[in-house]
Amino acid sequence: MGWESWVISTFARALAYGTPLLLGTLGEIFAERSGVLNLGIEGMMIMGAYSAFVVTYTTGHPWLGILVAAVVGGAFSLIHAFATVTLKANQVVSGLALTMLGLGLSGVLGRSWVGLPLFTTLRNVTVPGLSAIPIIGPGLFTRQNLLVYITMLLVPILWYILFHTRIGITIRAVGEDPAAADSLGVNVDRVRYLCVVVGGVFAGIAGAYLSVAYRPAWTEGMTGGMGWIVIALTIFAFWNPVYGLLGSYLFAALYHLSYRLQTWVSPELLKAMPYVFAIIILIFVSRGTLQKRMGSPAALGVPYTRGEE
Amino acid sequence: MASDGVNLSVRKGEIHCLLGENGAGKTTLMRILYGLYQPDEGEIVLNGNPVHISSPRAALSYHIGMVHQHFRLVPTLSVAENVVLGLDEGTGPFLNYRQTGKKISQIADKYGLVVDPQAKVWQLTVGQQQRVEILKALYREADILIMDEPTSVLTPQEVDQLFSTLRTLVDDGLTIIFITHKLDEVMEISDRVTILRKGKAIATVNTADTNKPQLAELMVGREVVFRLEKNEVNRGEGLLVVDDLHALNDRGLPALRGTSFDLHEGEILGVAGVSGNGQRELAEVLTGLRHASRGHVTLAGEDVTNRSAREIADASVAYVPMERKKMGTVPNMTIRENLILKSYRQRPFSHGMFLDNNAAGENARRAMSEYQIMAPSIDTAVKVLSGGNIQRVVLARELSGDPRLIIAAHPTYGLDVGATEQVRQILLAQRDRGAGVLLISEDLEEVMSMSDRIMVLFGGEVMGIVDAGGAKIEEIGLMMAGERKEGVESASAKVA
Amino acid sequence: MAIFFAAYGVSPARAYGAILHGALGNWRGFSETLRRMIPLLLCGVGLTVAFRAQFWNIGADGQLLFGAMAATWVALFSGLQGPLVIPVMFLAGFVAGALWGLIPAVLKVKMGINDVITTLMMNYIAMYVALFLIHGPWKGPSVRGYPLTDIFPPAARIPTIGDTHVHWPTLVLGLVLAIVAYIMLNRTRSGFEIKVVGENPHAARFAGMSELKTVVIAMLISGGLAGLAGVGEVAGVQLRLLDPNQISMGYGYTAIIVAWLARKNPLGVIITAFFFGVLMAGGDVIKVNLGLPFQLINVFNGVIMFFLIGSEIFMRYRIALRRA
Repeated sequence: MGWESWVISTFARALAYGTPLLLGTLGEIFAERSGVLNLGIEGMMIMGAYSAFVVTYTTGHPWLGILVAAVVGGAFSLIHAFATVTLKANQVVSGLALTMLGLGLSGVLGRSWVGLPLFTTLRNVTVPGLSAIPIIGPGLFTRQNLLVYITMLLVPILWYILFHTRIGITIRAVGEDPAAADSLGVNVDRVRYLCVVVGGVFAGIAGAYLSVAYRPAWTEGMTGGMGWIVIALTIFAFWNPVYGLLGSYLFAALYHLSYRLQTWVSPELLKAMPYVFAIIILIFVSRGTLQKRMGSPAALGVPYTRGEE
Repeated sequence: MASDGVNLSVRKGEIHCLLGENGAGKTTLMRILYGLYQPDEGEIVLNGNPVHISSPRAALSYHIGMVHQHFRLVPTLSVAENVVLGLDEGTGPFLNYRQTGKKISQIADKYGLVVDPQAKVWQLTVGQQQRVEILKALYREADILIMDEPTSVLTPQEVDQLFSTLRTLVDDGLTIIFITHKLDEVMEISDRVTILRKGKAIATVNTADTNKPQLAELMVGREVVFRLEKNEVNRGEGLLVVDDLHALNDRGLPALRGTSFDLHEGEILGVAGVSGNGQRELAEVLTGLRHASRGHVTLAGEDVTNRSAREIADASVAYVPMERKKMGTVPNMTIRENLILKSYRQRPFSHGMFLDNNAAGENARRAMSEYQIMAPSIDTAVKVLSGGNIQRVVLARELSGDPRLIIAAHPTYGLDVGATEQVRQILLAQRDRGAGVLLISEDLEEVMSMSDRIMVLFGGEVMGIVDAGGAKIEEIGLMMAGERKEGVESASAKVA
Repeated sequence: MAIFFAAYGVSPARAYGAILHGALGNWRGFSETLRRMIPLLLCGVGLTVAFRAQFWNIGADGQLLFGAMAATWVALFSGLQGPLVIPVMFLAGFVAGALWGLIPAVLKVKMGINDVITTLMMNYIAMYVALFLIHGPWKGPSVRGYPLTDIFPPAARIPTIGDTHVHWPTLVLGLVLAIVAYIMLNRTRSGFEIKVVGENPHAARFAGMSELKTVVIAMLISGGLAGLAGVGEVAGVQLRLLDPNQISMGYGYTAIIVAWLARKNPLGVIITAFFFGVLMAGGDVIKVNLGLPFQLINVFNGVIMFFLIGSEIFMRYRIALRRA
């Protein structure tokens, strides 16, 4: 295989594996931008994977499966939102509890579905025209399923929403200084609920992608820690959807390459890189002006109560 | 009763000042106008029509805008984004940056408020940030602008710019209500002024017809101040010398600008002044909780400038902070534990690395009886105690060990009559014992009746120090509002 | 929970009975309970100390792994022999876990970086370091290509009771340290400082306490105890370093609930760790005997956590109501 086909296959694999990461990251970016840390993604993803598989298997309609997964993910995250926004409980514990719940529940319910083959998966699509571009074409635009392309398109849309629309401003304000937003008539709770549910919906879809398209099957724990990677990637993305895209595909590419690059770099250490980078980035942006320019939303992780000064 | 039958009438197109010291009711009144509080009685009449303002949104619909003392801006967002935050009319969900930016620039140019709509708020100076706040109100078509102590965070040049902006706004037909405690500003900018005292509107006068002494008198009143029974002051050796102290506040602005004074054993030096003029920062510098950028603090001959909180506490300095629950105690811990918060390192409360709970218990029992702390047991959590009892715990702790310097910040704030009386007696007793007491308080009556000498802080500087015996309340009022006592040099003049 | 049992056609009573019987009723089951209890106990005690300082140590798993790695080094690569090996392993494990916990502590106090995120990330970094070691430099020449280290020499194996997995010295260590931690928190100066810093950092400053020093001490202890758990797992149960998930088994996360349920009291952890030991051992039992999925335990865990949240909220409202 010449280096060309090597690059092409890397691109293709990066897209395939990066899509669920990207979906999860996009959702978590929204949640965290509004100030809520959602550690329950892993649980939401796997519940999405499970429900998508079950629905697709029984109905034969993969898109229906994805839809149901989105709803399930959203429902799960609603619990998190209720606990953290309305009850103002600790966001860490709530998220972890949901992850355990999700992992456990999916394992329990999914037992009888393990190993069943799925024939009705998402069809692969080739983008006309773009797929003719040398190297990039075959790499990025050939024979990926529709969800991959939809996700790619979501990135500029979400970026635009976050930075150029009124709702985006409101979300960012709520995450930075909920007291200021509240004093201007913004319903902080409602905004946070919305963002957390968006995060859950995306996580559900991400999980659905795994069980319906990427590796059409159901296995217990098949998300394999992807939810935690998403949390690191959110930081890596500086809470910006565009960087989220870069980060997700980069990580996916590295993951794929890690075995090829074995002779130079140990694959395990390579896989640890996103986490190391996430910490380095956090250190980097904790200083004064950088914190403001690129850092985490100031109110992240802190429940908001009106009148608490 | 924060507002008691206040009648306020403001004419269109004027700048109307609300003058008063702390607790006079200015803020409450303005909050009612802005929809943050609801009045129990009375009515608000706007342009001849009675209105009901139930929330900030309602206020905005009546074209009333407010510029708060502490800005409500999101630092990481741009000016334009901050201006439109919370608005839900207009161009739908999408923000047309160019259009908004143009509209903002239009308004800005019209009134001479220079600001870049794309700039991020954290990059702006305080004066510029205030302009953004004004723009927010103007963008929402406010006719009436309420400004709450707007100059407290500005430099003199920025104050001039603000005033010229206000004049331009008024020329265009806006009405401005300007809350302040500074006489200079009242005289310079206002057309009329209403003086509030203890929740009542005392008078409304045309600025042109009055002068500072008159305003000061109206502000603080002329009643005979209730004098406490206390012993003659027995002023001893010099204890604390503060020289040319400079310090910044939490926002990075100068809070102390060359404060100098001295305090002797056996006397109470009262610190009067409207809050926000450096009192808090002064207490924190003196107790080692804030860094002094310049100047010296000398305690009994020893330079203790910028020593750590622990060292200063060990040097026998007691601090009764204003925030009892946030700083003065650990509310979730018990009385027994709170009482040894500072002394836990010493015998008999610890031997080596182990704490002696029994000693702490005895200490607590003794303190509870001595200070009459009402609680079920020494192991009751402080957070369930009443304000008065919490303060008793703080006093019991701070005053054990017979400190030689006591810094008491708003010690009777929020306490009932009995507790207030007790606290005052305790402080007087300490002073009789020979301790030096720095009493910071917003309650002018309290300051005047308890202190032996009175110092007034304004803008981080000492406006004057007078003997309490002969002091007239109007004199103090004048100083609190920015007039220096004769003979007192400005600290900044000293530098030159 | 009863719903789930019922859904599988097993009466809840029978299921609970099976769990209890399986975990406590016979020696085999009981030994499994104890085996699970040991790391939960050690990690849980450590977490109570961290939580008291309001430091959210989600990284117990990672600290455990580092303890395990340190013990592996001592056992296989340090050249140490004889009776000293086991004590040195414990010491090394404590130090390794403590240092791994030190980094997020400093990051939080000095730079205000969120402790939840850093400790979480550190878990994964630790996991990959361990993976790297067993796939690479530490891969045992005797295991023919599997990612494992060699088995520990006899001197490096912590004695167990009979043929069970109960490495009793570690258990004793855990019980002793629980008592020590309790004494420390309630009767020493450091414990007092930890509590004050955790409850009210402003007052702590006022009292002249150093937040940095206090949090660091708390995390050194917390990380160190988790490290000890790692030593126990690797030198008492597995007898080699292998796939990190097999070693840590999510003990670090479960220990969070253990510590919370014990209301951050080290002595209470003894009870809650035992309780969760029963649950985990019981999970095996219901899987084998009743055909119920092991994952039910996770569901149980999740539900418990929510109860905890709920009760916390409830307590908070009660206090507010009482005052009003």
